[in-house]
Amino acid sequence: MKPVSFHKGGTWQKMKKESQNEVAVLKPHKKPVGAILRDNKTLMLMCLPAVLFFIVFAYCPLPGVYIAFTNYNFRDGIFGSPFVGLDNFNFLILSGQLWQLTRNTILYNIVFIVLGNILQITLALMLNEIRNKYFKKVSQTIMFLPYFISVVLIGAIAFNILNYDTGALNTLLKATGGNPLKIYSMAGVWPFIIIFCQMWQQTGYGSVVYFAAICGIDSSMVEAAEVDGATSWQRIRYILLPSLKPTFIILLLFALGGIMKGNFGLFWNLVGNNSQLFGSTDIIETAVYRMMMSQNNFSTSSAVGLYQSIFGFALVMFSNWVVKRIDPEYALF
Amino acid sequence: MSRQKNRIKHDRGTMTLKAISYTFVTFFTIICLLPFILIISASFSTETVINQQGFGLWPKGFTLNAYSWVFKYPKMIIGSYAVTIIMTVLGTIIGVFIIAMTGYALQRKDFPLRNGLSFFIYFTTLFSAGMAPSFIWVSRYLHLRGSYLAVFLQLLMSPWLIILMKNFAKSVPYEITESGKIDGAGDFKIFTMLIFPMLKPAIATVGLFLALGYWNEWYLSSLYLGSAVTYKPLQYYLYNIINTANALRGSVAGANVTITELPSNTLKMATAVVATGPIIFLYPFVQKYFITGITVGAVKG
Repeated sequence: MKPVSFHKGGTWQKMKKESQNEVAVLKPHKKPVGAILRDNKTLMLMCLPAVLFFIVFAYCPLPGVYIAFTNYNFRDGIFGSPFVGLDNFNFLILSGQLWQLTRNTILYNIVFIVLGNILQITLALMLNEIRNKYFKKVSQTIMFLPYFISVVLIGAIAFNILNYDTGALNTLLKATGGNPLKIYSMAGVWPFIIIFCQMWQQTGYGSVVYFAAICGIDSSMVEAAEVDGATSWQRIRYILLPSLKPTFIILLLFALGGIMKGNFGLFWNLVGNNSQLFGSTDIIETAVYRMMMSQNNFSTSSAVGLYQSIFGFALVMFSNWVVKRIDPEYALF
Repeated sequence: MSRQKNRIKHDRGTMTLKAISYTFVTFFTIICLLPFILIISASFSTETVINQQGFGLWPKGFTLNAYSWVFKYPKMIIGSYAVTIIMTVLGTIIGVFIIAMTGYALQRKDFPLRNGLSFFIYFTTLFSAGMAPSFIWVSRYLHLRGSYLAVFLQLLMSPWLIILMKNFAKSVPYEITESGKIDGAGDFKIFTMLIFPMLKPAIATVGLFLALGYWNEWYLSSLYLGSAVTYKPLQYYLYNIINTANALRGSVAGANVTITELPSNTLKMATAVVATGPIIFLYPFVQKYFITGITVGAVKG
């Protein structure tokens, strides 16, 4: 962790700004487009691969959202399939599916955000108390491990622990005289399993940002408090926690902007096509994927997707507006 | 840290806090490690014992049988490894270079199109077509269904990584670019000769994210490759082994075995270990850069 580079960056940026101002005085007000293109030919060429990438894979599919308003079939294609207006949306609303998916996605995300941040902050504070360098390093490395593995492996781990015949949990239950549980058909416990897996995978990684923020706190403040006889608890309560507040608020707001987006890989690898669990585990992404891959229902699938995109867009705009009011420096745009 | 030395007293609260901290961190570390131990022990266990007793923390009847099954007809697993390694290495190198180049250009104060292009790239995170329209576009119009390119190309970059790189490149003094200009170097040469070496932490971070993306890829493979290719990317191969009995049998194709003869439980676990191993060994080498990279790139928006 080298917060040093921040400070250097700050001064460099100031210097940059000053030199910019001087140049700006000398430059004529407006250049013709041709000249701009000619002068920046190389820089534009450097951006070209990325720009092409986003044109091909992000912008070109956009007109395809039209199929949300059609009854898509493969033979007639996107613009040849019969137009059905808002029928797909009506179906989703009337069947109650849209409400269930929205509710599940948002509730899971709220728990992920609240519990996740509490755990990350706690972990960062505790790590800060640990002075043994070796212990700290080893535990940090291990805590990062879950972040590096694929969600497929998490599915394998869940199978190892939870399956009825040979699962480690049932092994333990049997050994202690209990009865084995059929967890893959118990819808009620799956929210807890999913939340646990999400926390397991993200907490170590997420705590890094907070840990860095703690390391960035002016140590003279902490020392002064110690000289004044503040206990460790008081130090945390009155110095560390308040200093983490800005980071917390910004992260929270951005997380709220993404509250309509689910962690597809995790949910799919834990639950998959197990319809007994859908009531408590189906989120927007898993439903979209299933409609498309196992039911070949592209129109309903893109209707859900479009609904998600529009809502998600509104939420990001809103949270960015709030961030801008709190601290314009952190705003995305 | 210097405050350690001139500590005045160890009051009871401090000691309690310390004890709690060590306990909490130890507990959390064990929780993080436990599933890995479960998987590894299971992979070394004997199938018949597992079927009687179930998985546990220690290997039950130590054997390498499951691993010998994984490599008995090595064509499939080695093919998967080859596909994944080629994609990971090529994708990371090409991706990092393009992302660094774009990130650098987009923060140049003398580049009038920087804001427009930045927004053009950023906008794709705000609004996307969604899964189905993208799928139809890529498979029907780009004709990439069943081609490794569908997976390879789509993982090459992401707006977030470009933003991370751009933010990091901002911390490189503009004077370096200027000195290059004075010496008569073009923008591309300035980038490759002067700037690129200075972006090391960001390059390590972005490279690690890209490598992880490629190595852990299973989703795009499930959409675009399915059963159209013989050698599936590693995680998708593992996904099939865990979720379908047929894939398990196919993994030892050529062996005339019925599904009941296979050590299916331990074979799944051994495949999981084989498919995950390398990426975990990669991590400690890049950890140092990685932590610097994410904190510098992420905190300073």
